[in-house]
Amino acid sequence: MTSLLAVLIDGSIYASWLFLVAAGLTVIYGVMRILNMAHGSFYAIGAYSAASLVGWYFNNGMGPAWVSYLLLVGAALVAGLIVGVIVERGLLRLMYGRDEILMVIITYALLLILEDGMKIVWGVSPYFAYQPYSELGRTSLGLLKVSNYDVALVGVSALLGLGLWAWLERTNQGKVLRAVIHDREIAVAMGVNVKLMFTITFVLGTTLGALAGALTAPAISVVPGIGIEVIVLAFAVVVIGGLGSIGGAAVGALLVGLSRAAAVHYAPEFELFVIYGVMSLVLAFRPEGLFGRTLVRKI
Amino acid sequence: MRLDKTEISLGLVALACVLFGFVSPGWLIFLLTIALAKALVVQGVVMQMRSGLVSFGQGLFYCIGGYTVGMGGQFFGIHDAIAALSLGMFVAIVIAMLLGLLLTRYREIFFAMLSLAFSMILFGILVKSQELGSTDGFNVHDWTLFGWAPEAGAGSQHTVFTMTVVAGLIVAVLLHRYTKAGVGVICEAVRENEVRVEYLGLSPRWLLYGNYVAAAAVSALGGGLTALATGHVDPEMAYWTTSGEFVFIALLGGLGHVAAPFIAAIVFSFVRTYAIEFVPHTWQMILGFTLLAVIIFLPKGLWSLVSREKTGERA
Repeated sequence: MTSLLAVLIDGSIYASWLFLVAAGLTVIYGVMRILNMAHGSFYAIGAYSAASLVGWYFNNGMGPAWVSYLLLVGAALVAGLIVGVIVERGLLRLMYGRDEILMVIITYALLLILEDGMKIVWGVSPYFAYQPYSELGRTSLGLLKVSNYDVALVGVSALLGLGLWAWLERTNQGKVLRAVIHDREIAVAMGVNVKLMFTITFVLGTTLGALAGALTAPAISVVPGIGIEVIVLAFAVVVIGGLGSIGGAAVGALLVGLSRAAAVHYAPEFELFVIYGVMSLVLAFRPEGLFGRTLVRKI
Repeated sequence: MRLDKTEISLGLVALACVLFGFVSPGWLIFLLTIALAKALVVQGVVMQMRSGLVSFGQGLFYCIGGYTVGMGGQFFGIHDAIAALSLGMFVAIVIAMLLGLLLTRYREIFFAMLSLAFSMILFGILVKSQELGSTDGFNVHDWTLFGWAPEAGAGSQHTVFTMTVVAGLIVAVLLHRYTKAGVGVICEAVRENEVRVEYLGLSPRWLLYGNYVAAAAVSALGGGLTALATGHVDPEMAYWTTSGEFVFIALLGGLGHVAAPFIAAIVFSFVRTYAIEFVPHTWQMILGFTLLAVIIFLPKGLWSLVSREKTGERA
């Protein structure tokens, strides 16, 4: 019983983390049809910015701890905004209209550039910003001890998902964005500024990625290469859910999160296997993902 | 068997390589062996690219080839290099025949992602298997060639080099014939417009299937030779960044000529070796900018530098 509870708790924590990481990726794909390999790097940039800022705050000021949470989020927003605008305006804008698969390779080049860019800015030694994590303490649930920070992460993730959904489904801007998703050309013909929508979407996506990194930073040591590990996980999640679907990403995250937690508790040797196993299984039966739309072949 | 100009030049270059092996220093031999072995894997990527599919998981077969060679020596007493390499190719073919049934239903990014997922599955299994050394991998047993055991160190290095050159030559000639043959030309037609190929009464799916299986065999050969050359295998061979490297080299060389992947792999290996030596924290960045430059300025790869000259002469 305890282990089942542990699986559920671990699974939902891991799932909420996965959703945070994958949300930006799926938003960008949905609107722009770019499968962004550099998304993991945005995550890493967010983690580095947050860790260095929060680390600096605690090393010098020792002000109230709640400020550090604002710093986490603030660092992510600023980093995501800056990097997003630079990448979209400076690189991707020149590449629009190319094959989807070529865009994958272009963002792969971007990943290589950003990975080393981070080493130049932040060096190769690890950064720590554990204070926001330890500050919140732990809650005991029977035999289990759960970190409150992780529980809060579940809440943040759920709020973010709801917010994104509400923005897309309930606001005017969201409506326009959905029009772009459905048919880019008709949207242009109806007077939608697609270029602007692309910039907004991309910056939103990078900021979400950076935010995921920043919120994860207190729980890990921030070292080079974290983005490389994360991106394949995020791929698995969005592909399972259906590329471009936010609801799909949530379901994909739950599926992957719970199966990984189950594997960790019952059959640890299958920990990694299970993630990509689920992905292959879903793709085998529903190539467009659980919530993806079927594309009509064009001649 | 009539040889055309390309085949004769390939043969001559291979001969020159083998002879060069006798005079060149050991480090260069090693670097070239690895580069050529990787080029074989890249040939697998290029084969699929010609028909429009980008595999972000060719490391799967690279790893299968390497691990089969390693495990053959370690657990099954297969010490003959040729037998081990063939076994690696055989295992890769069997697995590719199974996975291919599923994979050939996908195109574009879905093919890329699913192939990536499969190589990550293998990575996940290898990382967790203690008997195979987990993340550290294990050493490849000393091997023989038709009962003859090359002396350890320089001797075996030289032998692997020669074997790699010969394997490269055979693969290059076969692939050259394949691309010139009707079925090879259809690959490009599939890339251009698959539905029309279907209307012509051909099955793109089975073509892609055959392509996928053949590419797997070639890549496994490259992986096996790498294992023999380095004397070590580890799960990193199946990690997705390794596959990304193969895609990189494939784009660097382009699809223009069967020799392009070899040249690109050698250029890549040299640049990488020196870049890691002199600018360890920016070499990936250099790769990234190079990749962007190739996509923007040389969309047909390095080979277009050579072939452009030729068309210029003709005009």
